[in-house]
Amino acid sequence: MLILGIESASLTASAALLSDDTLIAEYTTNFKKTHSETLLPMIDEIFRMTGKDVSELSAVAVSQGPGSFTGLRIGASLAKGLALPSDLPIIPVPTIDAIAYGAFGADAVICPLMDARRMEVYSGLYSFDGERFIVHEGACARPLPEQIAAAEALAEKLGKPVLYLGDGLPVFIDEIRRLMRCPSLFAPAHTRCQRGGAVAALGAKLYSEGVFESCLTFQPLYLRKSQAEQERERKGL
Amino acid sequence: MNDDILILGIESSCDETAASVTRNGREVLSNIISSQIPLHTLYGGVVPEIASRKHVEKIVPVIREALSAAEVTLQDIDAVAVTYGPGLVGALLVGVSAAKGLAYAAKKPLVAVHHIEGHVAANYLEHPDLEPPFGCLVVSGGHTHLVEVMDYGKFSIIGRTRDDAAGEAFDKVARAIGLGYPGGPKIDKKAKEGDSSAISFPKASVDGAFYDFSFSGLKSAVLNYLNHAKMQGQEVNDADLAASFQKAVVDVLTEKSAALIRERGYKKFAIAGGVASNSSLRMSMQEACGRLGAKFYSPSPIYCTDNAAMIACAGYYEYLGGARAELNLNAVPNVKLGER
Repeated sequence: MLILGIESASLTASAALLSDDTLIAEYTTNFKKTHSETLLPMIDEIFRMTGKDVSELSAVAVSQGPGSFTGLRIGASLAKGLALPSDLPIIPVPTIDAIAYGAFGADAVICPLMDARRMEVYSGLYSFDGERFIVHEGACARPLPEQIAAAEALAEKLGKPVLYLGDGLPVFIDEIRRLMRCPSLFAPAHTRCQRGGAVAALGAKLYSEGVFESCLTFQPLYLRKSQAEQERERKGL
Repeated sequence: MNDDILILGIESSCDETAASVTRNGREVLSNIISSQIPLHTLYGGVVPEIASRKHVEKIVPVIREALSAAEVTLQDIDAVAVTYGPGLVGALLVGVSAAKGLAYAAKKPLVAVHHIEGHVAANYLEHPDLEPPFGCLVVSGGHTHLVEVMDYGKFSIIGRTRDDAAGEAFDKVARAIGLGYPGGPKIDKKAKEGDSSAISFPKASVDGAFYDFSFSGLKSAVLNYLNHAKMQGQEVNDADLAASFQKAVVDVLTEKSAALIRERGYKKFAIAGGVASNSSLRMSMQEACGRLGAKFYSPSPIYCTDNAAMIACAGYYEYLGGARAELNLNAVPNVKLGER
């Protein structure tokens, strides 16, 4: 079983190849350059490095969102194109879940943070019970203080600290330090950002649970409507 | 064996998701267009974010339908051609990303096509005798260009709009008189009931650049006329206004095209782009070409609107010329004609 993991929901562009239970390649960049230019060359590179061929793929796991609308569309459209010739399954992996899954084994309430702009974060709440990955609250968009309060309420209930991670961490760390009222941990650079490897690994888990779609049905998870639709709704139209 | 060359064309630069298969460039085996017009009508124009989301939904169904309608499989395809610009960046990225993934996985060459080059190539689809060189007027919602087509994929730009595109002026005037989106066909229809000499609007020209266009002055003149009438409590005859506005646009487009035909002695002249389906422009250009002894070419309305058959056709000639896109191909929202 060969799964390609694609991550392009925000600043991070990442691609990974998971062969059965082995992560055989991962290529991550985390600086400003359009994913449209970087992602496919990265995928091509990991195929060439590993001597694998795109025709050997069993499925494509995609970081589904939330995140940058454009970033999500680049990943989704590229995945659809890659999956189309052999009608490969596309595994929708919620972006926030994949970030949390990257902190496997942490004895903490895991709170990924992505900058959602407009004074909000894309976040969620997760923990591990041994090897079991628990989704307390899946992807959401809300103001940071509300998310900190929700994380701390769960942390108190479970008697664990809060672990903050995600590529929004550098943006919000000062404000978290100001607002936090319970023990909090901040992930270091290498475990903080989105990773194609985590998308592929969580994708493999989801696939084994029967969670997958086709290139026809897969859609990004935007979490928010377009500005024009929101305004129209506000006007009661 | 079979020496035919099959190109799969993909287009998503604005509000149509389209795919097509052509044989040897000019023979259209399928031409599938999923239009989003009803979606955007609610907002009085194309909303880029909504357009981009719709493209993601439609891109695979449209490609599959284009293949099955052409009764071919991906294996039969020789190359994939995709619009990489100009257009809405979010919209373009969907087609570009999907085409890249598809070409990579199917191990097919990928060709990047300039959207305007596609519009010009739309003329090849139904006119086997049309070959470069010829003159061409490209008019759409985003473009107004007078070009000389020197060879396949080789253009010299002789004139362009300095501000609004002709189609943009149609959309804005249509909105001002409550006709809604899309403005082009609605004004065309309304104008048929009106008197085109009822109101005299200024003919836009650009000092020192005879072949350039300017439509923002004309648009403002129409809006001023409406405001003035409103303040005076006068009723405006929408049909007369639509007809007079349309005449002002058509006259200036025809006049400059005719001058170019005369100056360069073109024996062939074509029109292309969404506005090329305007009935008054087609008639006026046909008449002018006839008067000047140039053969007039125009695509059927279905090939005037954004479509992928024209992209596959332009892509065919790019493919023959050896052009191949790299894996890092990006969408270029403001790429100029003749630039790479």
